[in-house]
Amino acid sequence: MKYDVIVVGGGHAGIEAAYATSKIGHSTLLITGNIKNIGDMPCNPSIGGSSKGVIVREVDALGGLMGKVADKALLQMKMLNSSKGPAVQCLRGQADKELYPSIMQKALMSQKNLELKEAIVEDLIVESNNVKGVILSDGSKIFCDILILTTGTYLKSEILRGSEKLAEGPHGEVRSNYLSDRLKDLGFKIIRLKTGTPPRIDVRTADLNKMQEELGDDTRYSFSFDGESSYDVNNQEKCYLIYTNHKTHEIIKDNLDKSSMYGGYVTGVGPRYCPSIEDKIVRFSDKERHILFLEPQSMVENSKYYNSYYLQGFSTSMPPDVQEEMVHSLEGLENARILEYAYAIEYDAIDPLQVKPSLESKILNGLFTAGQINGTSGYEEAAGQGIIAGINASRKIKGLEPLILKRNEAYIGVLIDDLVTKGTIEPYRMLTSRAEYRLLLRHDNADIRLRNYGFEAGLISDSQKEKLDRKILQCEEWKEKIKKIKIDKSILNNFFENARTSSLEEIIKRPVVNLEMLKEIYPEFKLCDKEILEELVIEVKYEGYIVKAYNDAQKLTKLEGKQIPSDIDYKKIKNLASEAREKLEKIRPISIAQASRISGVNPADISILAVYLRKEYGKNE
Amino acid sequence: MDDIIAAISTALGAGGISIIRVSGKGSISLVNSLFSGKNLEEVESHTINYGHIVYDGEIIDEVLVSIMKAPKTYTVEDVVEINLHGGIATTNKVLEILLRSGCRQAEPGEFTKRAFLNGRIDLVEAEAVGDIIEAESEEARKMSVQGLTGKLSQIISSIRERLLNLESRIEVNIDYPEYEDLEDMTTEKIGKELEEIGQEIETMLEESKNGKIIKSGIDVALVGRPNVGKSSILNAFLEEEKAIVTNIAGTTRDIVEGRMILNGIMINFIDTAGIRETNDEVEKIGVDKSMQIIEKADLIILVLNNNEKLSNEEKELLKYVSTKKNIIFVNKNDLDKKIDIADENVVYGNTVDKNGLDSLKNAIKSIFQLDDLVKKDFTYISNARQLSLINRAYEYIKSAEEAVSMEIPVDIIENDLANARKTLGEVLGEVYDEELIDTLFANFCLGK
Repeated sequence: MKYDVIVVGGGHAGIEAAYATSKIGHSTLLITGNIKNIGDMPCNPSIGGSSKGVIVREVDALGGLMGKVADKALLQMKMLNSSKGPAVQCLRGQADKELYPSIMQKALMSQKNLELKEAIVEDLIVESNNVKGVILSDGSKIFCDILILTTGTYLKSEILRGSEKLAEGPHGEVRSNYLSDRLKDLGFKIIRLKTGTPPRIDVRTADLNKMQEELGDDTRYSFSFDGESSYDVNNQEKCYLIYTNHKTHEIIKDNLDKSSMYGGYVTGVGPRYCPSIEDKIVRFSDKERHILFLEPQSMVENSKYYNSYYLQGFSTSMPPDVQEEMVHSLEGLENARILEYAYAIEYDAIDPLQVKPSLESKILNGLFTAGQINGTSGYEEAAGQGIIAGINASRKIKGLEPLILKRNEAYIGVLIDDLVTKGTIEPYRMLTSRAEYRLLLRHDNADIRLRNYGFEAGLISDSQKEKLDRKILQCEEWKEKIKKIKIDKSILNNFFENARTSSLEEIIKRPVVNLEMLKEIYPEFKLCDKEILEELVIEVKYEGYIVKAYNDAQKLTKLEGKQIPSDIDYKKIKNLASEAREKLEKIRPISIAQASRISGVNPADISILAVYLRKEYGKNE
Repeated sequence: MDDIIAAISTALGAGGISIIRVSGKGSISLVNSLFSGKNLEEVESHTINYGHIVYDGEIIDEVLVSIMKAPKTYTVEDVVEINLHGGIATTNKVLEILLRSGCRQAEPGEFTKRAFLNGRIDLVEAEAVGDIIEAESEEARKMSVQGLTGKLSQIISSIRERLLNLESRIEVNIDYPEYEDLEDMTTEKIGKELEEIGQEIETMLEESKNGKIIKSGIDVALVGRPNVGKSSILNAFLEEEKAIVTNIAGTTRDIVEGRMILNGIMINFIDTAGIRETNDEVEKIGVDKSMQIIEKADLIILVLNNNEKLSNEEKELLKYVSTKKNIIFVNKNDLDKKIDIADENVVYGNTVDKNGLDSLKNAIKSIFQLDDLVKKDFTYISNARQLSLINRAYEYIKSAEEAVSMEIPVDIIENDLANARKTLGEVLGEVYDEELIDTLFANFCLGK
């Protein structure tokens, strides 16, 4: 049996990768330990969040599934950071953990060119550094041109609760025992990472009256650019806010040595981004209380997650009996029943410095990796890599140059560049502060930034492309129009003191003017498409800042264009500092720009490199 | 290679003349915008032009500007060389002005690198380009390490800490908006902190840039009775140092009679015309006038005659002089000693065979620790790049303050803060881009 592409793993990275290659037209096989687990959300019941919400939009702009499926599975939706400025607004949705995977599974099952198979991959078929296929745990072989590994936390995973250690994946799923050893034999550097998840609570046993309600926004939002979300805006599910207290902290302190983390049972490096509650209490000992949220997992009656609430902020590796005590110390959860105990999980990943910016491996030709295997954390980060791996797998089959998103084009570009340039020692989470051009990487313009790439790849249809072109055109038209439209001072005086007759453009530029006011000042805006109006207002209001960021980014783009040949021999460059040589040798950057982002490579080294490139490769550096 | 680079291409503090080299497309018009004299954009290539560097209406220095148009130049680009005679302070000032006006500080070996990339240096010579870059960057590294000991780097570090702290408090709100127990960073709070940070940078700029010695040199008053040899001493200095003898107004608004450069520091000799033409009757006035000069000057050189007893007037001067930085120079030591003065802190010499003049110079150096100044506090005085970076950081803070006053949202303000922090980091040679994230997670307790 032979496929163009085999994807190993049915998580958020594997889904996007397999969907992309099959949609483009390559015969694709997705292998997963349990088909019913495809699209599962093993941790928090939410999609999006700060910066991650932008990634969901970027995946959607490129033609991926995450945003569209999330839109059909929302329990609650919020626009975050709306008061903090245009660059950091993001959507965060509570997603139904039963609905999301089932919709996803249906989408994949009906996808042309895509087959799903339940199996565990334990070995690779490799011929002189080219990957040729996989070997399953039963010894059978399946061949392919391109292999995409999106194994998540399933490589040699271990579930930890106190001193208990189980050799399995999340939910007791079967893990892959040998694949990471095999990768190591092939030359991959294997790193051990750790993450964790909090307990799930039976909401019927919680006293919700003692908790602060957290509601969704009144406005309807959608992740996808292609259609409306389906939740009932007026009937969104609530989340609840509670705090830890002195008693909780005492219990944790008294039992610290029983936790896997502090009892010395964990070897992996955990992320600072989601510390366990015991970590929080040890590291921030002067903090009297920590914030926790109770979030609904599913509203599908009789499903396994129905009535089960996720206790966000309370991730722990304590043994079950201590977890009981800890949960019962919380206000409103005195008599709560724990449906699933929290656990820490350790797993193998590869060093992302061995991955190219295309997400193809530097070690094995034809092997791509995406998601947690590359050292990231989060559904959205996984999906973002998955779709790029899929697109680039296809481009490789077609003999095309890979799609490499720049840092000024997408959060996905920042994510991948960070991984392959700086590496990571803990699960990598996206943060808005990682993106130096975040004013350009907004959630409202993800389609303008990226849809054309999706179109080129064959993931975006003609009609989607036409919609985008229309949006861009109308925005441009409005930008001209508002310069000419004058609003009389008699109208403006209702809004500002001592107003003078001004152009609509000048009015939009006033900091205090918001969308609602604009519609009052110039009623024709009420008829304008909401998306276009929002885009227009941001672009006009912050024009100076956006132009500045754009100009800065242009300088970078120039350096990105200065490519470094892949066969360069750094040993031949005589004046490089030894640290720089070592790093360049290891990371093998594809451009002068990427080289200059490597820590330990100084401007003088970059100069020497540039001179060498000119000398060896002539004018076409 | 589409930007304009500039660098001081002579060793600083070594002599009276220094050269700043500017290269790149547009360099002629850029220098022209700071030049008063002929229109440099219209002069022939490979000419030397006399004029002044003027910035903000102030004449910075009298200069000779060489214009060399592409392609027959070292870098194959338009090249401008500015010859200055202003010592460290003026040279740095002019470089700093260039950097502010759109030039970029050349990286080590960059002129040579451009020469190579533009095809002027062939492949054989190119072998050496790497050596030059390596050597120059090593030199630059040493210099910056040397310069950054002490107070300045401490101040910059502490300002960076403040910025980092402020940023992390803003960012934590953005990346973890659901954490309701976190401090809400309002624009008022940010504005207030920005104002304080801005003031800190201002103070630092004042202290580092306007250290009077560095900026305007040392004002020296040569005091003494008529014919005691003041003019001879002055002339001897000036002749030897090939300094400029002018009658232009000095920074102290006194008439500067002459200038010499000692270890790159300008020594301004203040005219003591007031006492020179005094007669007995107005001797009192003369003393008063001397007092005034003594009051203003950074250093008094009291010149006495070895061959005469101290007059009452001189005794009085001695008393006053002792309250200031002073050197007693007993002139005419080739004649019999009749002076009744203790030998302590006294330099003997004469202007006939120039005996004792080097001792006098050494005395000036040691009083102002000029040898140390150049070595130890190089940052303060020698590094226009650092000064321009600090200025740029200051501008980012000002721009953030303006944004706050215009109620621009925090995500945009934060951009200026990050730029200010990174720019200050460049001064220290610390550009480390995970620091904000590290601070965020070190200071706040976040996550699932």
